[in-house]
Amino acid sequence: MALHVSSAPPISAFHHLLCFFFHDTYPEMEYASSLQRQLASMKKNLFDQGYLDEQFYQLEELQDESSPNFVEEVVTLFFRDSSRLVANIDQALQKYPQDFRRLDNIMHQLKGSASSIGAAKMKNECTSFREFCNKENREGCLRSFQKVKKEHAVLKQKLENYFQLLRQDGPVDKATRSGN
Amino acid sequence: MSSSRGGNGCGGEGERQIHVLAVDDSSVDRAMIARILRSSKYRVTTVDSGKKALELLGLEPDVNMIITDYWMPEMTGYELLKRVKESSELREIPVVIMSSENVPNRINRCLAEGAEDFLLKPVRPSDVSRLCSRIR
Repeated sequence: MALHVSSAPPISAFHHLLCFFFHDTYPEMEYASSLQRQLASMKKNLFDQGYLDEQFYQLEELQDESSPNFVEEVVTLFFRDSSRLVANIDQALQKYPQDFRRLDNIMHQLKGSASSIGAAKMKNECTSFREFCNKENREGCLRSFQKVKKEHAVLKQKLENYFQLLRQDGPVDKATRSGN
Repeated sequence: MSSSRGGNGCGGEGERQIHVLAVDDSSVDRAMIARILRSSKYRVTTVDSGKKALELLGLEPDVNMIITDYWMPEMTGYELLKRVKESSELREIPVVIMSSENVPNRINRCLAEGAEDFLLKPVRPSDVSRLCSRIR
């Protein structure tokens, strides 16, 4: 590998050598960093594509040694509740005449929980649904609810993948782990 | 990572630890508010309804603060607030209301009824820190 002596600061050439040395001598560190890169990329996508908003960072901020799995625990609680609420709305939509107030109440709960974990897309679809509810527009509710269900399913899958990978990564703060 | 991240220890410690009763029908929000409060060293008991809150308050007079969601089935946070303020044993306990909706009328009504503060959800650690000086 060529060392650019002219414009690059000396540290970057040294850094290349250092990485080469460490990756060769501490393969676990290479694995850890590839996993971390994957995690970082997954997380970035979740934010860039609007699935999550900065409220999710708030969850992460609350996680520490005394509550090391807090984020995953709260997300698990969310999907437990949200699955139930989605099923309730499904049932309520089958009924005639439509009880829009009840639909709105259930959706209010779903929206609230989604908002608490930073589930941005879900929150937006919940808002749309409530708007149709307020106008007592059954067709609109049905269409909107399909979107809510879709966002719910997609987010669930993505976060399951994310936490699975996170668990492989081991306990918090591996950046300083030196291959032991 | 430090274990006091986000918390300011306002809840005190040992015998002087402040005991907060958190009321919310959402399990997600209960987990959140409990975590936020505990990271500030408060002792926390959570219940999922106003009814359970009143039962607990009837048994345990050592609650120093109540923080409750506004919108709950059967008994709203506002109704809970009123019951607390109407009770000679409980009226001194500060009550904080949380809501996901920013409705000025609602906020004013709660404050007029004697609520200590009104927090918009999602609640942040900084919102809880704000309460610190009021509670002592």
